Formats: sequence, C-alpha cells, structure tokens
Amino acid sequence: MVSGVAPDFEEKHAMKVLVPVKRVIDYNVKVRVKADGSGVDLANVKMSMNPFDEIAVEQAIRLKEAGKAEEVVAVSIGVKQAQETLRTALAMGADRAILVIAADDVHQDIEPLAVAKTLKAIVDEEQPGLVLAGKQAIDNDMNATGQMLSALLGWSQGAFASELDIDGDNAVVTREVDGGLQTIKVKMPTVVTVDLRLNEPRYASLPNIMKAKKKPLDEKTAADYGVDVSPRLEIVSTTEPEARKAGEIVGSVDELVAKLKEAGAI
Amino acid sequence: MLDPETRTLFLETTHKFVNETLIPAETDVSETDQIPADIVKQMQDLGLFGLSIPEEFGGLGLSMSDEVEVAMILGQASPAFRSLAGTNIGIGSQAIIFGGSDAQRTKYLPDMASGALIGSFALTEPDVGSDAASVKTFAHKTDGGYILNGTKRFITNAPEAGLFTVMARTGEPGAKGVSCFLVEAGSTGLSVGPCDKKMGQRGAHTADVIFQDCFVPDDALLGGQEGTGFTAAMRTLDKGRLHISAICAGAARRLLDEALRYASERQQFGKPIAEFQLVQAMLAESQTELYAAECMIRDAARRRDAGENTGTLASCCKLYASEMVGRVADRAVQIFGGAGYMAEYPIERFYRDVRLFRLYEGTSEIQKIIIAKSMLRNLDS
Repeated sequence: MVSGVAPDFEEKHAMKVLVPVKRVIDYNVKVRVKADGSGVDLANVKMSMNPFDEIAVEQAIRLKEAGKAEEVVAVSIGVKQAQETLRTALAMGADRAILVIAADDVHQDIEPLAVAKTLKAIVDEEQPGLVLAGKQAIDNDMNATGQMLSALLGWSQGAFASELDIDGDNAVVTREVDGGLQTIKVKMPTVVTVDLRLNEPRYASLPNIMKAKKKPLDEKTAADYGVDVSPRLEIVSTTEPEARKAGEIVGSVDELVAKLKEAGAI
Repeated sequence: MLDPETRTLFLETTHKFVNETLIPAETDVSETDQIPADIVKQMQDLGLFGLSIPEEFGGLGLSMSDEVEVAMILGQASPAFRSLAGTNIGIGSQAIIFGGSDAQRTKYLPDMASGALIGSFALTEPDVGSDAASVKTFAHKTDGGYILNGTKRFITNAPEAGLFTVMARTGEPGAKGVSCFLVEAGSTGLSVGPCDKKMGQRGAHTADVIFQDCFVPDDALLGGQEGTGFTAAMRTLDKGRLHISAICAGAARRLLDEALRYASERQQFGKPIAEFQLVQAMLAESQTELYAAECMIRDAARRRDAGENTGTLASCCKLYASEMVGRVADRAVQIFGGAGYMAEYPIERFYRDVRLFRLYEGTSEIQKIIIAKSMLRNLDS
C-alpha cells in the first residue's frame, strides 16, 4: 500500500480507472518479417487495439456502468497514430484519453519499463483508484508493463484476471494460473492485468464512434513526463516460424511405422 | 461527411461485425429463414438502421459517399441481414425524410433510426411493377381521412414492418394521380399475406399487403399533399439505387474473396488451380469489373453529395453493379467447380441471392430505359 491512502479510500475518491491501450498489428494480419530481420514489417499494415487492452477497456466501462467507477481514462504511449486506438476506446465508452507521443517511427516499440515509467507519472497526476491493463500485447508478448507499474507505484497487483470485483477498499481478482484458478484479494489502489476470458468486448456503436470525436484527447510527449524512452534492449534477430512441410498419405500401419523409423521419430 | 479518422473507425467496426457476427450466422439464417433476435439487437445497438436518417431524428445522417462505403461492407454478408435494415436505410424511410411533414418525421423517424420500428415501402402490385405510374390501389377521400383498397405485392419486410409507405391513387390516371400514405401496421383493414417462397435471400421476407376498406386519417397523407406519391417514390428509388449498387459490389467482393482463396488452395494436376491461366482469367475479369463498379458508385455518390442530380448515374450504377455481381457469382461457381454447386459452400447460396439485384428497385431493362431517355432528353435541350 502506498502511504497516504486512507482506509475509506472509496468514499473519499470518486474512483477513476486508468486503462493503458497499445496500438499493435491487427490479429488478422499475416505478419511478415522485415528483410533485415530487425523486426516485423509494419508499413501500410492494418493496426488495431491490442485485444487484451480491449478487454480492459470493456471491463472499465462495465465498472462505470455498475456505478463502481466514475471516470474511465484511456492512455496510449507510442506513435501519433495511436490516436486512432484511443478513439476506439472513446467510442467504446471511455470518457477521455491521453496520448503520449514517444516515437516517430512506427517500427520503434516502446519498451515495458519506459511505458511503466510514463504510466507512473500519469498515475501520479491523475490519481486513479485502479489501473486496468491487458496482460500483454500481442505484438511482442512481453507481459511486463502491468507488473513493472505496480512495482514502481508500490501498489498491489493482480495479474491475469479472469474475474474482477471491487469490494470496498479491496479488489477481488480471480487469476488464471497454470494449475487452474486462483482468487486473491488485493488492497486498492491496485494494478490489474486482464486475461482473455474476463469478458467479451462490445462493438463501438456507430453513433458512439461519431460522438467519440467530441470527447477530450490530450496530446503529450514522453519528455513532458521526463521519461527517457530510448531502447535498452537490442533485438538480435527476428525470424518467421518454420513453414509446415507437406504431409504424406500412407497406405497401412506398417508403412506408417516404417516411415516413422526412417525419419528417426521412433 | 465523416472525417477520415471517424470514417476508418466506422468502417472497421462494420467490417468486424460482418466478419465476426454476421458471416458465421449465415447458414443458420438460411436454414431457419430467420435472423436470430440477438443479432437483430446487435444490429440495432450498432446503429445500422439509422445510417441515412438525419442526426436530428436520432440517425447518423451519413453522406451518400459514407453510406455506400458502409453498404459495400454490409453487402459482404448474406443479403438477408442488409435487407432487414435496408428498408429503414432506404426505401422505407426516405419518402418521409424527403416529403414528410414535421409531425410525420418526428413521429416515425427516431424509432426507425433505432430499428424499433421497421419501415416498408409498398409500391409494386400484382399488375403494377416497372410501370409504377399506373398504381391501382385506390384511396377514396372520406370524412377525416381516406379509405384504401388494393393489394401490394413482394413487399420487403412486410411481416416485420410497423409502418408502410403506400402508393395509392387519389386522382386521375397516371403519375399525377398517385399519393403516398403512411399506414401503420395493425390498422383495421390492413393485412399481410404469408411470406413469399423465394429463390434465395432466405431470412429476408416479402409478402403481399392487402388493404380492404382500410381507413387512414388525413394526417397519414405524406406531407399533407395529394398527388406527390409518384415523385416521392421516384426520389426514394433514386437514392436507393446507389445503395443497392454498393450492396452488389460488397457481394461481389465476398464472392471473389471466396473464389480467390479456394483457387489458391484447391489442388489439381499437382498444383493450386489458381496457377492455371484460365482460372486466373476468371479472377482477373471479376476483379476488374468489381473495381469498375466501385469506381462508378463512389463517383456517383460523391457527385450526389455535391448537389448534382444523379438519377441517371444511379441507374448506370444499378445496371452495371447488379449485372456485374451476377457474372462474378457465375465465375465463382465455375472456379469452385462441383463444390460451387453444393449447398455446403456459401457460393451456391450467394449465386441465388444476387439474382434478385437485377430485378428489384427497377429491373436492368428499366434502368436502361431511364438512362437512354435521359440521354435523348439532353440531346433535345
């Protein structure tokens, strides 16, 4: 628990939910590796909101609809085009958005630590009661930002949530872990990262898409928050998964066994 | 006009809905002849019924350019879905928007925009189709209103409709004697026949609408004026033709996508059939014709938004796009071969579904007459 937060947290603060959203390559796009192996080709490729973040936005809106949150603020840290991703969040029902421009090149990925530091600065400013994030982004599968943010803030965390309930000063989080489901109770304010089965995100309705244009979207830069976003990790190489080889139809079990032996599989 | 960012989001959302919700439900809709209630609800929530209804009445008030883009995406799913919202977007609401009184607009348009009220357009009769000016349904003036008698045929969404836009004769023979009435479902003397059994488009319903001494009050007369019905009908169809053209382009896109994917997977003589030039020719011809239709539709829509009279262009689009999708569907069946004739693939269903586009909202022959007449008229002047 961070110091200075009173036990009657919920009554004192009309709870605000902060939802970080990332602009990633659309999950339907066939990914192609750049010729030099430095990463995935993102030029003129369809981009959309990270699906886990969509689930986080949906959950935040549901909390608001249930009267458990007052305001939903979406944040994106990346290139200017992430504005489109924020508009999607606004169209779904977020109240306002903050865009932090941290890169000019769509190929520059902002690393989890830099994102977490920027988010910490925003949390300090906005004072949300809950940060709801996707458990990971589908582009690099880092699965680190939420946990890092929790550490930087000194807040509790509940990662991989498949259920979430706010109960007074606590959040009850059901986590999808290897062995099954684990239910934990964490003190608010907290960072929760969401898993696939938490909910099914709504479609932004067409009228709400039009209204989203009128909702506030603040534009900032990483420098405004004093965060150095230069990469600390080096990508050594990126390769495509090995292509599946054509199969062969065999006539009998004997032939199958012979083939498997031939291939050294048995 | 939507700004580029809103437009992109708008179209992507529609696309997602088409791919993730509508297309997976197609087989079910075709088998049960019914769109599931939860999908209707989602279509309502999404705002699809109000695309063309002005914002002041709760719709989205899309420009024609934006509307055709949405229609090109909606058209990629079974036409049954489009058809349910189609009358509210097009022929079921437009006459009220163009020619309705303020009271009529306020009364009906908001519920049409939300999809709570389905509008239906009743022009065609057993003996009246292409010759729309010779409407026989008669509206006899009586104290405080009119008494309607006659039968309307092939009326889209008649079983679902809460409001009918009815063309009926109030005066002399010919176009000037036709008036337009807004008749609510449930009016005494109004009945809807059984659903027609159609070649395709299962899930979309048409039926006869029968008027037997059906009384409607004076304020049911569109715009409070007699004799404006034919003009209202023609204006309505004018806009509707661009919308239908875009639906045709959407269906052609779907058929071509399916054919292309199939051709690249189906192996014969040891390689995908897409590598054979005769198959490539079919793909290329379909792609070219589809592109031509898209260009025509976008151009006509843009010019309509700019205030130009696009009646003739709309007929050009409707003629070309509906014939084009017929050819694309035929080639798609050819590329699928025997599989294209089987009901388990969507190609067979689409092949039957798209046949209607050359018939309704003006046959191809009527479009040609409209186009040629307009050419000749301009030659004289």
